[in-house]
Amino acid sequence: MALLQISEPGESTEPHQHRLAVGIDLGTTNSLVATVRSGMAVVLSDELGRPLLPSVVSYGRECIEVGYEAQAKQSVDPKNTIVSVKRFMGRGIKDIAHIETMPYDFVAAQGAKGEEGMVKLRTAGGVKSPVEISAEILKVLTQRAEGALGGPLSGAVITVPAYFDDAQRAATKDAARLAGLNVLRLLNEPTAAAIAYGLDNGAEGIYAVYDLGGGTFDISILKLSRGIFEVLATGGDSALGGDDFDQRVFCWIIEKAGLAPLSASDARVLLTRAREAKEYLTIHGEAPITVRLGSGEYVDVNLSTAVFSEITRTLVQKTISATRRALRDAALATAEVKGVVMVGGSTRMPQIQHAVGELFGQEPLNNLDPDKVVALGAAIQANLLAGNRAPGEDWLLLDVIPLSLGLETMGGLTEKIIPRNSTIPIARAQEFTTFKDGQTAMMIHVVQGERELVADCRSLARLELRGIPPMVAGAARVRVSFQVDADGLLSVSAREQTTGIEARVEVKPSFGLGDDEIAGMLKDSYTHASADAFRRALREAQVEAQRLLEATQSALVEDAALLSVAERTHVDSCVARLQGVLVGDDRHAIDEAMAQLGQATAEFAARRMNQSVRRALSGRNIEEIEL
Amino acid sequence: MITITEKAARHVASFLAKRGKGIGLRFGVRTSGCSGMAYKLEFVDDVNPEDHIFESHGVKVLVDPKSLPYIDGTELDFVREGLNEGFKFNNPNIKDQCGCGESFNVQ
Repeated sequence: MALLQISEPGESTEPHQHRLAVGIDLGTTNSLVATVRSGMAVVLSDELGRPLLPSVVSYGRECIEVGYEAQAKQSVDPKNTIVSVKRFMGRGIKDIAHIETMPYDFVAAQGAKGEEGMVKLRTAGGVKSPVEISAEILKVLTQRAEGALGGPLSGAVITVPAYFDDAQRAATKDAARLAGLNVLRLLNEPTAAAIAYGLDNGAEGIYAVYDLGGGTFDISILKLSRGIFEVLATGGDSALGGDDFDQRVFCWIIEKAGLAPLSASDARVLLTRAREAKEYLTIHGEAPITVRLGSGEYVDVNLSTAVFSEITRTLVQKTISATRRALRDAALATAEVKGVVMVGGSTRMPQIQHAVGELFGQEPLNNLDPDKVVALGAAIQANLLAGNRAPGEDWLLLDVIPLSLGLETMGGLTEKIIPRNSTIPIARAQEFTTFKDGQTAMMIHVVQGERELVADCRSLARLELRGIPPMVAGAARVRVSFQVDADGLLSVSAREQTTGIEARVEVKPSFGLGDDEIAGMLKDSYTHASADAFRRALREAQVEAQRLLEATQSALVEDAALLSVAERTHVDSCVARLQGVLVGDDRHAIDEAMAQLGQATAEFAARRMNQSVRRALSGRNIEEIEL
Repeated sequence: MITITEKAARHVASFLAKRGKGIGLRFGVRTSGCSGMAYKLEFVDDVNPEDHIFESHGVKVLVDPKSLPYIDGTELDFVREGLNEGFKFNNPNIKDQCGCGESFNVQ
């Protein structure tokens, strides 16, 4: 019979309905798969009880090996054994650092329009793209998960570094599809770590997630409250990781031992030794490095912690600088950070723990295994997304809108409907009205951004609401609703309340906006804050003046007879003065001219009021008048 | 009478400890599934006054009175099958069950 797991009270799933979902940390050096079992996130190990799967794929003429078996081939067949393939995902040949030290046979590929495409590698198994190589890793993890869970997977959450751009994210999704996985969502790695820590420990406050993996560094400043987190700032370096520390040790060995240029297989052996030495130094004060190279040279050197710290100081410093930058972006002092979450095997290095502890003035948190924390968070998210919750149960809202969503109002101003960092799904509505008498259509321009003026925000969509019955300005009631579903799909609808006419449009808000663009737009909104405030006030004054002018003009057309020639001349001169200052940028002049015009027409307005009351009352019995 | 093996009890105790709350395990049946009945296995936060409570190896197993006739005499075990692991029931009341055993019929 099937084996049962314990559910939360009231959440037992129907038989055969429990959806098997996993979280996958597709790492540069190692990959992991995790799932939620009996309410707990656990990493699934292989038959030998090993949780990590080295992200290494070895291509033979007939077979493909993945993981430890492939890793064993590294020194004998470096050309056909691909390590750290994540660095090539969605990358052209020019983007790859240290390409000269890599033993691979790269093939520059061309895109459909002749532009530079994703790099490919020529192996014994044929020319392979990074997508295909990553898919091999995912296939092994999928098999492992299906074996452990006893059935086909309904979906997976795969983590990616926060700094991955669209091309890299698309490549990751393609790899999953190629491996036969249904991607529920791509999740940023620091976010996954926060889920693992935030939910497991239930602690609220501001956290920094310091993630130094094999090939990427990410720093994220998150605010956790009531199980919901808000991303305050992110930063990092998509080409900095444990591999670079290996590289430094590798270069140090060559220099120290005075080695001649190495063959591909010797370079591979030495790089492996460099990594082993690095890992050894986590708990020892000195690492002996001894190796006989294919060239016959014999290497016998000792690497001390002090020397290791010295040769990697600039790398550590890079991560610390990026961390400081992220804190500055979030306008936070280090003292305000309640805890620092350490993610990635590289954070085991004592000098990293020390440098991070020094920066924040506190011991970093590492009570979860830094290698597993991302996969565990992804598993928790996958379990939720697969719908393994009783109906009516609160959903954990884990995604936020990166930039505010709003619409354009008169004068090219943005009116924010859904503020940035709102958790999705979300729906907000606001009522708008017509600006002119007899206005029968309304253009709704949907924009995204933090700036006050539409021109500085990103235009997402336009929709037009037609068939509004002619009414005086301000009488129509148009309800505009913004709704963002769990996948980030925005739909905007507008409905005139008295007639029920409706218009709607759907847009994908975050599509087309890269992380850098989002970061740039946010920064702009800070640096231009005071200028924006001034421009908003000016535009508002202009819109108000325009409205006053229109009202005055139409009144003058209707009831010119109520004014004497002198009075009319005075009103006209005030109108002309207001029109004159309206085009300038002197807000006070506009305010002043508006006040003058208001004064000049006060008596006129009173007379019009009296006249319309007289008209309404004349010739009618008091009983006929509804009060 | 419901019993639980020592191995299963150990796992339940460790799940409860990691969960941070809960007083035991609720074992019961629901009328659904392809063969009529389905097991349910949940953590317990609240005891209902009518619950039967069985305790073995330090773990409380709660059963509601309506479920008991269908599962009386069952022994809960925790097993590992290949990479998979979870709870298994030796239920003497079963007449037949669906292929996977997630749902069943009683005599």
